[in-house]
Amino acid sequence: MRREIPILIAIVVGFVYVIQFFVPHAPFDKFQNWGNDWIQIIAGFAIILGVLNLLKVSLEKVYKKSKGWGYAVIIIIGFLIMTGAGLFFSGGKNYQNPGTPFYYIFFNIYFPLNATMFAILAFFVASASYRAFRARNKEATLLLLAAIFLMLGRTPLGDYLSAGLPTGWQLKNISDWIMDFPQTAGQRAIMIGIALGIISTSLRVITGLERTFVGGE
Amino acid sequence: MEFWQKLLAIDRRIIFIFVAFAIIVPLFIIAPPGFLKKIDVSLPVQSLYDYVENLPPGSKIMIAFDYDPPTTPELQPMAVSFLKHCFTKDLKVIMLGLWPQGPVQAQFAMEREILVDEKIKAKNLQYGIDYVNLGFQAGNEFVILRMGTDIAAAFPVDYFGTRTKEIPLMKDVKNFDNIRLVYNISAGYPGTYEWVIFAGDRFGVKIAGGNTAVQYPHNSPYVQTGQLVGLLGGMAGAAGYEKVSGYLGKATKYMLSQAVSHAMVIFFIILGNLAYFITRGRKV
Amino acid sequence: MGAFLTLGIISFLYKDNPWYKFCEALFVGISAGYWFCTVFWSQFVAKLWDNIYPTAGQPRQYVYLVGGILGLMMLLRLVPKIGWFSRWPLAFVVGGTAGAYLIGYALSNGMKQVKSTILPLWVSGNLNATVGNIILVVGTFCGLIYFFFSKEQKGTYGKVAKLGIFFLMITFGASFGYTVMARMSLLIGRMDFLFGTWLGLIK
Repeated sequence: MRREIPILIAIVVGFVYVIQFFVPHAPFDKFQNWGNDWIQIIAGFAIILGVLNLLKVSLEKVYKKSKGWGYAVIIIIGFLIMTGAGLFFSGGKNYQNPGTPFYYIFFNIYFPLNATMFAILAFFVASASYRAFRARNKEATLLLLAAIFLMLGRTPLGDYLSAGLPTGWQLKNISDWIMDFPQTAGQRAIMIGIALGIISTSLRVITGLERTFVGGE
Repeated sequence: MEFWQKLLAIDRRIIFIFVAFAIIVPLFIIAPPGFLKKIDVSLPVQSLYDYVENLPPGSKIMIAFDYDPPTTPELQPMAVSFLKHCFTKDLKVIMLGLWPQGPVQAQFAMEREILVDEKIKAKNLQYGIDYVNLGFQAGNEFVILRMGTDIAAAFPVDYFGTRTKEIPLMKDVKNFDNIRLVYNISAGYPGTYEWVIFAGDRFGVKIAGGNTAVQYPHNSPYVQTGQLVGLLGGMAGAAGYEKVSGYLGKATKYMLSQAVSHAMVIFFIILGNLAYFITRGRKV
Repeated sequence: MGAFLTLGIISFLYKDNPWYKFCEALFVGISAGYWFCTVFWSQFVAKLWDNIYPTAGQPRQYVYLVGGILGLMMLLRLVPKIGWFSRWPLAFVVGGTAGAYLIGYALSNGMKQVKSTILPLWVSGNLNATVGNIILVVGTFCGLIYFFFSKEQKGTYGKVAKLGIFFLMITFGASFGYTVMARMSLLIGRMDFLFGTWLGLIK
């Protein structure tokens, strides 16, 4: 019961989505439209589940006074402030309008924090390039050369450095060539490989062979 | 030898300082015109520009803002120059996002760059008639699939809470059949990959992409196959579109910093390798 | 405030510290609140409630109730005793994804990519296209051979797979080059904010 019904649901829904592609008529088209709408709603609830789980973990941390519980308090306060602003103090459905508290917090707190969190990765990329990017063998040398040609060729820097070379042989042209041919070939092999993997996994789900997503009893 | 060994074990914070300088100092320098002339307009950038340029006035373009604040520096300029190009050509623009922060980015672009631009002001753009922001919907590729049959069902209200069916611009827009181009500006999943697979190939709508540099190599094979009309990659792609469309903006401004920072990383790679080969076999 | 928080995150570059941890925790909390509000208004109100209880003159669409019930079952995961109910909506999403992906990937990333790789290996009067086409065909084929692990990669087969690795390395190198470009771009944006928007030093 706990495992069989979910497996059956996955089989039926999967089949309908496949059949609808070949027979885009009633009742399959209608069912797929419903399915898409329902999945949109489920996705919304899944996000809420994640948020509630974060709150649960944070509250537990505060309750047990675990290490760093003070930061868990900040998480909870941050959540309450943003949620309060978005649900009650920003004009209902117009909560994202310029001038609302929600907009203010988004622009002055969320935006800089989110943007900077990822921006500092630049420093680590540079540091990693220095420490780990070695031409140890033929494969690593190819990787390194492709990266350097791309980095040079994609900015005007490449043009300055290769200005003396004949037309068509400048760094810009070399980086274009790498992207158009060997890169595309490698990327395409990866794409086809992934597609084959997805096809086989999807077939396993639709035929009921894949059951890991339902877990144990 | 000791020098090279010490160099290999250098504190990473020293590298950080060099990187910071490589980024900050060029921001204070105005790039010479010769430098700007050398900004490359790649073929996928040119083909997107040409496609938009040849659309008749009044054609409907959809822009999916699938990114969040971190990637603003490279993606927002792609949005701004493209929007300016569309409005100059009197195209109608439908904006939306499969990322919750996307429609806010669209709103920022309109408020801070488009509606204050003198050329665009003269067009007297009206919300709901010339452009609309349909906001965010969760569900990733399933939202795209739903849009294939009914856009108003997938996005029941716009960014401001107005029913989509009541918006004049959306009155004769049922699904992708009424859209001439979907331009997806994306920083990951869901992004151009999903738009190509579930909108372009499934429903036959033309797709173009504006990607972060990280994503660009993954999506570039779609250009050769014709599954993408055009593709902008990273700051270089954004600067290329600014150049070809004539709306020079932040991407062009940032290119000098970009070039110097690339040179810095290459310098570190060469230095690291040099130190590695000189000290190979010795303990650091 | 934006500058204070930006500097707080940047302070991590020196070492982990309470200022950074405060900013990090605040980001997590605000982020959770942001997602909550966005989903509340766009999904629960616009997609669910307004379709079941629309404004006057619009028909009630009870079919959306099914989505609502499946969604609520998802939340039951938080209740250990009846958490297994959440497998139903999960199964619905897994089934839908399998069906949609099976067709989508087979068409877009399977057949269309294979079709575009079937190219003429000799283009009369165009050496560049000839070489390019050969690279595309050979590179894709060898790359795929490398991914086929059911046969031991030795002998001629191993050499073909090895050639595939070379193409993949070039691909990864290009990806790395572009990743550097992306990461630097993000930092440029923040530095422009600090020195331009905040301090007003950059025009």
